[in-house]
Amino acid sequence: MADFGRRDFDVPRADAAGRFGEYGGRFVPETLMAPLAELETAYRRARRDGAFRRELDGLLTTYAGRPTPLTQARRLTEALGGARILLKREDLLHTGAHKINNALGQVLLARRMGKRRVVAETGAGQHGVATATAAALLGLECVVYMGEVDVERQAPNVYRMRLLGTKVVPVASGSRTLKDAINEAMRDWVATYDTTHYVLGSVLGPHPFPTMVRDFHAVIGKEALAQSRRLLHGALPDLLVACVGGGSNAIGLFHAFLPFRGVELVGVEAGGRSLAPGEHAARFGPGRAGVLHGTRTLLLQDEDGQVLPTHSVSAGLDYPAVGPEHANLAALGRTRYVSVSDGEALEAFHLLSEKEGIIPALETAHAVAWAVREAPRRRPDEVIVVNLSGRGDKDVPQVARREGVEL
Amino acid sequence: MSGRLGAAFGRARAEGRAALVAFVEAGDPSLAVTGRLLPALQAAGADVIELGIPFSDPIADGPVIQRASQRALGAGATLAKVLDAAAAARGEGLSVPLVAFSYANPILAFGVAAFARRAAEAGIDGVLVTDLPPEEGEAAAATFVSSGLDPVFLLAPSSTPARIRRAARLSSGFVYLVSRPGVTGARNDLPEGLPDLVARVRAGIGRTPLAVGFGISSPEQVRAVSREADGVVVGSAIVRTMEEAVAAGRDPVPAAARLVSSLAAATRG
Ligand SMILES: Cc1ncc(COP(=O)(O)O)c(C=O)c1O
Repeated sequence: MADFGRRDFDVPRADAAGRFGEYGGRFVPETLMAPLAELETAYRRARRDGAFRRELDGLLTTYAGRPTPLTQARRLTEALGGARILLKREDLLHTGAHKINNALGQVLLARRMGKRRVVAETGAGQHGVATATAAALLGLECVVYMGEVDVERQAPNVYRMRLLGTKVVPVASGSRTLKDAINEAMRDWVATYDTTHYVLGSVLGPHPFPTMVRDFHAVIGKEALAQSRRLLHGALPDLLVACVGGGSNAIGLFHAFLPFRGVELVGVEAGGRSLAPGEHAARFGPGRAGVLHGTRTLLLQDEDGQVLPTHSVSAGLDYPAVGPEHANLAALGRTRYVSVSDGEALEAFHLLSEKEGIIPALETAHAVAWAVREAPRRRPDEVIVVNLSGRGDKDVPQVARREGVEL
Repeated sequence: MSGRLGAAFGRARAEGRAALVAFVEAGDPSLAVTGRLLPALQAAGADVIELGIPFSDPIADGPVIQRASQRALGAGATLAKVLDAAAAARGEGLSVPLVAFSYANPILAFGVAAFARRAAEAGIDGVLVTDLPPEEGEAAAATFVSSGLDPVFLLAPSSTPARIRRAARLSSGFVYLVSRPGVTGARNDLPEGLPDLVARVRAGIGRTPLAVGFGISSPEQVRAVSREADGVVVGSAIVRTMEEAVAAGRDPVPAAARLVSSLAAATRG
C-alpha cells in the first residue's frame, strides 16, 4: 500500500492554445477554427454553470449508473499470488463502457449550443453506442462513422446504434478502422458545423477536445480516489493501470491521482501481432511527434510523414496516435506505457471471466493482461487498481469465431 | 518572396481578368505524368499551378482528391520526390509559379527548415498548408519567407475579421479563400452570398491578391468567380478528368490540358 498521499507533482495544464508541453494544439483547416473557438467558449461557460453541472451529474447518477463500484478481485489476486487487485467498474455503466461519461457531457453541451445534430466516430462501437444513446435521450439527430473492418468485427454494436435511431455510415477508405472513421467525421463536421456538434470520443483531436473529454471522464479517478482511501483506511493504491487507445479511460482514472507521485500510473497499448510496423498500435517507442486529426502528438508514421497502418485485436485500441496529454505526461516521467499482445489480451479476457465472473471488453483485457503479468512481481501488501473500461458483450461473437466456436 | 506569384497575379490584373490557379495531385497517377503535365498546363493557360502533396489522411478533401492521393502514394510519391520533379521541370524551362499544397505532417517529418530550403531550390514559389492555421503556422511562415517562399494562408466563410487580417499579414503572393464550408470537390452551384463573402474578406486583406476555390469546376463558374476574385482555383474537376482518362485507357495529360484551356478562356470572359 502506498503512503497516505503526498502531493509532490505539479499537474501540467494545457496552455491557452491547448498545448500540453510540446504536444496538443489546434491543427485544423481554417473552416474549423471558428467552430472550435465557439465550442471552447461554450464549454468554458457550461463548466462554470451550476445548472449544467447538476443536469450532467443527475444523468450520470440516475441514468448512467454512477458511481461505479471498486470491486476487490479476490480470486484473481489469489490466482496470481502477488499484489492485491481492485477493479474500477466502468463496465457496469449504461451502454457498457466509460464512454457514456463523455457522450452525455458533450451531447448536453451540443443541445445547449443549439445544435440539432451530432456526429461521432467509433472504433469498438462503444463511443458510437454511447453517443447514439445520449442523442436518443436528448432528442438530437445522430450519425456515426465506423470503419468497415470495425463494422464487421463489432457487429452487435452496429445493430445497437441502429436500434437507438442512429445512422451508421461504414467507412471504406484507408485502413477502414478508427483513424478513417475520424477522417470522415471531421469531413462531415467541416461542412455542417452550423447545425452539428462533433462528439469526439477520446482525448484526441484539436483543442479543446483533449481537455474537455478528459474533464468529463475525470469522475472515474475522483470516485476511485475516495473509494480506495475508504477501502485502504486512508492510503492510496500503489499502481493504476488502464488500456490506452486515444487514452480517455486512462486519463479519466489517472487525473485525480496525478499529484501523488507515489502512485504509479501505467497505460497499456495494443502490442498486436508483433512490434513490426503495421502489426501493432504501440505508439510509445516507435512513435515520433507528428500531426494527425488536429493535434500534435506521438504518431506511428513512416519517414515521409505518412501515417502507418495499425493492427489490434481490439478495435478501440487500433489507432496510430495517442492523446497529447499522455504524450506530455510520459515526457515528464509521470506516466509510463507498456504494450501487451493480442494473444495475452485474449488470455486475460478468459481469465477475468473465469476468476471474477466479469467478461471484459478486448480493449480492457489489455489492461487486465498487464496486471496479470505485473501482480506476481509485487508484494501482497501492494495494491493495483485496474480500470475496467468496458464489458465484453460486444466481443463475444468475435472471440467465439476466432476460437472456432459456432454461436 | 518569389517574384513569380506576384507577377502572375499582377499580369492577370493588368489584363482585367482573374488568374487561373490549377490544382493537381503530384504523383497521380505517377511522377512521370506530373512531369509532362506541368508544361502542358502552363501552355494551356494556367497562371499558377498548385501541386498537391499526397497524404495518407486528407481530412479536408473529398473523394476525388482522396483517391488521387492514394494513387500517388501507391505509385511511390513522397514530398522529396515531388520536389525533385518540380526541380526537373524548372530545369526544362517551366516558368509558371508553383505552390506546394500540403498537409502539415509530411512537411514536419521532412523538417520545416530543410523543406523550405529544398523547396526554394526546386523552384517552388509558395507554400500552403491546409491544417496549419495562423495560430500554429507563424513560425513556419517566417521560415518560408526567409527561404524566399511565399506563405499562403486559407480563409473561410467562418473566418472572423481578426482572423482575416492575421492571415493576410502572414501571407504573401496571395490569400486563398475557401468558398464554402466543407471539403474539396466539384459542385454544380456557386455558394450563395459569394460576392458578400469576397467583399468582407477584401476589407481585411488590403491589396493582397485573393484567390477563391473549393467546388469550382466549370467554365461558367470560373467566369462568375472571375468577376469577384483575383484568382480562381480549380482542383477536383481537373483531377477527375485525369482519373477518367486513365480509366478509359487515354493519356491524362492532354485531357487535363483541354479542360484547363477552356477554364483559362473563361477567365477572359
Ligand atoms: C471499453 C473500451 N475501453 C477503452 C477504449 C479505448 O479508448 P480510450 O483509450 O479513449 O479509453 C475503448 C474504445 O473504443 C473502449 O470501448
